Amino acid sequence: MLDNEVKRGSTEMLILALVEDRPRHGYEIAKLIEQRSDGVLQFHVASLYPLLYRLEKRGLIKGRWVEKAGQRRRRFYKLTAAGQKILAQQRQTWKDFFFALDRVAGINPV
Amino acid sequence: MPEWQEEIRQRLAGLNLAPEREAEIVEELSQHLEDRYEDLLAQGNTSEAAFQISLTELNESELLVRELRRVERRFEPEPIIFGANRRSNMISGVWQDLRYGVRALLKNPAFSTVVVLTLALGIGANTALFSVVNGVLLNPLPFPQPDQLVTLDQSKPNFDMGAIPYPNFRDLQKENRTFSSMAISRGFGFSLLGAGEAERVSARLISADFFTVLDIKPALGRTLAPGEDEPGAGPVVLISADLWQRKFGAAEDVLSKSLTLDDKTYSIVGVIPANFSLFRGTDVYVPIGQWNSPALQRRGAGLGLHGIGRIKPGVTIDQAQADLNGVMGRLAETYPDTNRGNGSKVSSLKERLIGGIGPTLWILLGAVGFVLLIACVNVSNLLLARSTGRTREFAIRAALGAGRWRLLRQSLTESMLLALTGGVLGLILAGWGTRTALAVLPTTLPRATEVGLDARVLVFTVVISLLTGILSGLAPALKTARWRLSETLKEGGRVASSARGRAQGILVAVEMALAVVLLVGAGLMIRSLNALWNVDPGFRSDNVLTFGLSLSPSMKTATSEAVHANLRALSDQIATSPGVQAVSFSAGAIPLAGEDDLFFWLDDQPKPASQSEMKMALVYRVEPGYLPAMGIPLKHGRFFTAQDDERSQAVVVIDEVFAHKYFGDTDPVGKRIRQDGQDAQQIVGVVGHVKQWSLAADEEQSLQAQLYEPFRQVGVSWAGVGVLVRSEGSASAPFDSIRRVVQNHNKQNVISRPQTMNDLIATSLAERQFSMILLDAFAVVALLLASLGLYGVISYLVGQRTHELGIRLALGAQRRDVLRLVLKHGMKMALAGVSLGLVAALGLTRLLSKMLYGVSATDPMTFAVIAFLLTTVALLACIVPARRATKVDPLIALRYE
Repeated sequence: MLDNEVKRGSTEMLILALVEDRPRHGYEIAKLIEQRSDGVLQFHVASLYPLLYRLEKRGLIKGRWVEKAGQRRRRFYKLTAAGQKILAQQRQTWKDFFFALDRVAGINPV
Repeated sequence: MPEWQEEIRQRLAGLNLAPEREAEIVEELSQHLEDRYEDLLAQGNTSEAAFQISLTELNESELLVRELRRVERRFEPEPIIFGANRRSNMISGVWQDLRYGVRALLKNPAFSTVVVLTLALGIGANTALFSVVNGVLLNPLPFPQPDQLVTLDQSKPNFDMGAIPYPNFRDLQKENRTFSSMAISRGFGFSLLGAGEAERVSARLISADFFTVLDIKPALGRTLAPGEDEPGAGPVVLISADLWQRKFGAAEDVLSKSLTLDDKTYSIVGVIPANFSLFRGTDVYVPIGQWNSPALQRRGAGLGLHGIGRIKPGVTIDQAQADLNGVMGRLAETYPDTNRGNGSKVSSLKERLIGGIGPTLWILLGAVGFVLLIACVNVSNLLLARSTGRTREFAIRAALGAGRWRLLRQSLTESMLLALTGGVLGLILAGWGTRTALAVLPTTLPRATEVGLDARVLVFTVVISLLTGILSGLAPALKTARWRLSETLKEGGRVASSARGRAQGILVAVEMALAVVLLVGAGLMIRSLNALWNVDPGFRSDNVLTFGLSLSPSMKTATSEAVHANLRALSDQIATSPGVQAVSFSAGAIPLAGEDDLFFWLDDQPKPASQSEMKMALVYRVEPGYLPAMGIPLKHGRFFTAQDDERSQAVVVIDEVFAHKYFGDTDPVGKRIRQDGQDAQQIVGVVGHVKQWSLAADEEQSLQAQLYEPFRQVGVSWAGVGVLVRSEGSASAPFDSIRRVVQNHNKQNVISRPQTMNDLIATSLAERQFSMILLDAFAVVALLLASLGLYGVISYLVGQRTHELGIRLALGAQRRDVLRLVLKHGMKMALAGVSLGLVAALGLTRLLSKMLYGVSATDPMTFAVIAFLLTTVALLACIVPARRATKVDPLIALRYE
């Protein structure tokens, strides 16, 4: 039922949520989405990075190259203040949506 | 370890990214792929399989390049998704709406075409009419500083617009302090000789300042020099661009040529430009001093001279009038015989030119505005119906977080697109249609040649197109924006049809109401015109032809007896022409065509001290054939005979109004009247009253008493005699033989302006007919659109209720019941609209009352017929879909769910 537009809209929220408490790099984000959704949601390199760049461009997340001893440098993304605000809004919207879906169709998202 | 960087670089090659940016992306993505590859190996995949899987993910639907291209573009239109900052997205959002709108409309070309055409018609008609209002009423006159231009008339106690005697004008010109210039002119006719067949040309006698006042530069040569209008000055003439073209092929050397007008040769000194539109139709302009009429020097003779003037900057019309009245006051003291009681009337030239057409045009603009409103309502309904099909689309967008305003804006963008496209088409329609309509429709519209598309019309079109877009899109947009997710989803893509139906029902009712108002207006106009055609003008207009006749200019110096003898011979010859029943030469007034009046007093009363205290009557100087030619009834006594000539007792015939006004119940026959400087005239008969001024408003004119003098007892001019001919069969049938008779009599005789009496009547009704035809056209379009709207809505609702109707039928309802159900629903809307319309019409038709004749603005008959007509049409519009409803197969209807 979820078409591309819905998927993309929701994924952006997922990404924002995943970088909310700490910065993460792309591969980590992709892996977390897959793990936490039990494989229902999968984002591969081709679909993930354009989204990350888009979010960065909109100032919702900020990427930074981090070098750790003995490792190659990686690009870590963290949530900006604007991203924080948008994330809160999106959570509310989806909450309302699920609440509506629940009342209509009797699904329980919790 | 596979070489990921190269793989990625290949894929990014087409994007033309900045080298640093590309390096970053390559580095980041290759790390991702390495991580992935290692994870896959760790999960037990062979290195070959791990490589393939990673590569597939990189290639996935070619997503990468496509998405990157969008993201990495410098100016990327932001997609509107959850909670984005809407303000900063406004411009790109609108652009996105536009593109989206175009796509949505192109997806449904039939729908879009119908809507655009409907709106084009509405907007086009409005633009056309506004261009008329603009050209006639709003635009300044096409002269420099047009606000300073005024007309000048001499006012008499009962009459504001009297002619100005030439000596009075000369004094006004000399003694005024508020005018920078003033001029006088009158229409005239000349026989143009020596250039092909003798031709009657339309002339204006003008004083020298005429073109100076208007500030008109000649197309060629010069205008009149000061003093060139004095009697005895060399004969010069200005010609119109039309005559220049017609007679001289627009040759430059025309200034070295001359024209023979009547018996005098005039040097051509200038050509007046083609766009000069005051006194349109004038061929030649002759200095007034060339008119050797002794009457020109008399203070009591108006001679049809009227003035124009240019007031000094900063002077108001009232001040100018007060100034001229001061001069007239002094003249009245100096020349009490002729000038007592006379004043001056100064009016804005523009207002005089426009006349009384203003209210008519505004009413028509209002009416055509109604048509556009109906078109809007129709489109609104179509959009409402269509938006049903897009419920899911909007629901999903709403679920994605698109706000109400966002959805409203998308809806409005689409209706705006439709309206603006309609506006462009409408503009083209209007540009083409206005000229055609003005050429085809019967109209005496002033300033018609100045009607066209200009900046103001363009602005008007853009504004009404935008308003149309908002009006037609608002209802559907509001509906769309008010979707509730829960409702939409609950209905599985179907909408709360009752709410929808109500909105459409209201729209249809409004549409019906608008149509009723227009139809009632049109109905009243039709009845008025019918009444006017049936007005008895006091004469029988069928089969009567009128034309002007000028004898050869060689008769100019002939004695009155010789002119009379010539005319008499011609009259007798015309009378015996085949097909001619009766003929009369005529000087003075001709009903509905030209007026003439005289001053008199009753013989048994003392002569009044001044002209302004004398009585006035319209005067017709006619031959004995006039009564049978015009079909005017003789009421009492006798009419003229061939014996009433210059040698016999001076006699007159009066009309019933004259008789009643001046003699009351006593018998006027045998009584006598007197005119200044003449023998007493004896009244020998009384005839029926004739409508002189117009069919509709004859009674509004104060001058009603009519007096007939025998043509052969009055001095007549060799030029410009009127002729009235009653014939068997059609009015114009004997015209050719009459023309031969006139030509055979003398090659230099000229016939001018042949016209049937019926044409004269038609011309006098042209303005009303113009309004009627337009109102009728608007009303028919309104009726059509409204019934289509009703039909569309009922069809739509039947479609929506198929399921319900199916259940009803399945539960045992009769088809009759279903038919009644649908009809009831439709007729409820229609009747509500009709009632609303009747009430609105009661209020609005009052605006029409000045244009109506013989019918009241609240004529119950018209209202009843229109109500019945519209109800019937509504019933027809409902019956087709209602019958379709009865054919619903319950099984199919239920399965359809």
